[in-house]
Amino acid sequence: MSMAQASENPLGAGARTKLNGFSRILRDNGFVVGLAETRDALTIMSSGDAIRPSRLRPSLKALLCSRQSDWQKFDEIFDAYWLSRGMKSATRISGAPQKSPSGLQTLSAGQRGFGESDHADHVERGEGSEVSETGRSKREGASKTEILSRTDFRHLTQPEDLAAAHELAERLAKSMRARLTRRMHARRSGQRLDLRRTIHKSIAHGGTPLELIRRKRKDKPLRLVVLLDASGSMNLYSAVFLRFMHGVLDSFREAEAFVFHTRLIHISPALKERDPQRAMERMSLLAQGTGGGTRIGESLATFNRWHAKRCIHSRTCVMIVSDGYDTGPAENLGVEMQALRRRCRRIAWLNPMIGWQGYAPEAAGMKAALPYIDLFAPAHNLESLKSLEPYLARI
Amino acid sequence: MKIPQEKVALQLAAVGYIPDRDLATALWLMESLKRPLLLEGEAGVGKTEVARALALAYDTKLIRLQCYEGLDQSAALYEWNYQRQLLAIKAREGTDASAVEEHIFSEAYLLERPLLAAIRQSKPPVLLIDEVDRADEEFEAFLLELLSDFQVSIPELGTITATTIPRVILTSNGTRELSDALRRRCLYHYVDYPDVDREARIILSRLPGIDSGLALQIATMVSLIRKEDLRKSPGVAETLDWAATLAGLEIRHLRDEPESVHETLMCLIKTAEDKSRMTREVSDRLLGKVA
Repeated sequence: MSMAQASENPLGAGARTKLNGFSRILRDNGFVVGLAETRDALTIMSSGDAIRPSRLRPSLKALLCSRQSDWQKFDEIFDAYWLSRGMKSATRISGAPQKSPSGLQTLSAGQRGFGESDHADHVERGEGSEVSETGRSKREGASKTEILSRTDFRHLTQPEDLAAAHELAERLAKSMRARLTRRMHARRSGQRLDLRRTIHKSIAHGGTPLELIRRKRKDKPLRLVVLLDASGSMNLYSAVFLRFMHGVLDSFREAEAFVFHTRLIHISPALKERDPQRAMERMSLLAQGTGGGTRIGESLATFNRWHAKRCIHSRTCVMIVSDGYDTGPAENLGVEMQALRRRCRRIAWLNPMIGWQGYAPEAAGMKAALPYIDLFAPAHNLESLKSLEPYLARI
Repeated sequence: MKIPQEKVALQLAAVGYIPDRDLATALWLMESLKRPLLLEGEAGVGKTEVARALALAYDTKLIRLQCYEGLDQSAALYEWNYQRQLLAIKAREGTDASAVEEHIFSEAYLLERPLLAAIRQSKPPVLLIDEVDRADEEFEAFLLELLSDFQVSIPELGTITATTIPRVILTSNGTRELSDALRRRCLYHYVDYPDVDREARIILSRLPGIDSGLALQIATMVSLIRKEDLRKSPGVAETLDWAATLAGLEIRHLRDEPESVHETLMCLIKTAEDKSRMTREVSDRLLGKVA
């Protein structure tokens, strides 16, 4: 924060430093706290009306929260920081704020290489993809990609293989989106005359409506909501799908991403980070405890209750990536799937297990969910992801 | 000496709105920091009511802008009265063109819309921007500019600077994620369902004739119903409807009349699914918990 503003303040340096640290912790927890907020917080603290924590808390809460999730977290963080209560839990929530910034940077600086090297390149490819469809030469050149895209994710253990898979996933997400937007441009319809504007324009011609202004229906871009199972049984696949989700969020104008294991975590804010490595870092802080059991039904219930209204509109496709092994009761999952079904346009369930030989959806959870699914598809390799593209375009 | 938050709470209570401490603090901060206040929360928890009560408490005008998809500047800010302009042109045909132009782009032909009206009052009004999440993103950006500068430039007329800074309350139902910039600009308060005690006080302040014991029972019952996993939880307005109904039926104790309680529950329950879930057994079980 700006020193000039702080030095004008009658507050002692100790209090200022303390407040500074507080806003840093809040930022680490995903709060949006800018200079103006810190300044106003100083004003509140020096006003004398908010000397005691019991009075300071509601003031700072109103000032520094900006969404419901902030609102729910705030009290705990506040108590931990200002009252040194439950300090351990504070560091857990904030992901070791004192040390992590420098550690984060060195990590991302060291490993940035593979994420970035090819960035400009595949933006170009995204645009020129319709040319290469017919030209074909590019496709043949990329023979290594072809092989990779058919390998089951389970067999990808080499780090460079993994990186390549990640990139392919990102590119796929981008090309999916390109096709979708083209389609929508062609479908503009519902033209009506805009009388007000037409009259407005006619003033220039002395009241004769020469220019007719029309009203176009506004296009609603397809929104993709991805719910990824990050439980232990999905361990081998989730890393690749996380990268895929990052690509989706990066390229779709409207997309939301969630991860679930025993509970549901909204990871879109973390994944919005452009640098994939940084995004993964932030994500892993958020999604601690991944790799445990799965409670799909409960996670879906959380989604339906808290996020569905905001995330889902009439052109939303919900994509669930899970193997369907639910440790909770299967009826639960059925009920929630039904509720979700009513809200959104399509539900696609990607199950990595379908790719295995002789697989049938035997898991009780999977069976309960099946009636509500529009598309039940394999997702064990990138090829299978690619085959989803035409399906998504039809939504 | 009273702390300012309590003063705000008392002022609001005087006009029939019972705020909790957090909300009173937020409203006081809004006053002292001159920031807009963003209210979020389930439908029916009384978000819009906050603005109404605030306007009453400060004895000032409430100017409301209801947002919807496709809302644009001409509906929110200002518009020229084209029909009158056309008539004026026809009427002055043959006179000096520049004089006509000057005439038709004067204040007399300007239609004030809520946002412009809000910054041109002599006494700072309460500006309620309702359901801002329904408006488009472009409009949100425009709103952000207005909320930070409080001035409007009209190309034909020049810049209009605010005579008074309105108290701005925005509400959102969460149908769309608002931009970080807008959220940062605003103070934030999440309006939750009131707790039993507060809801009882709300009932008492709105229906002064009601028995205070009954009000408490109703509030308890409603809070129990909200804990049932319903598709649409009853809001405060529904509670008031129900309380009025029960008072009209001259019921003294909910437990004495389980029959009528169950029959009048339709004041609270709004979907067929919830209705089928709220059977007589369930309502009796909940009634059993009401002291």
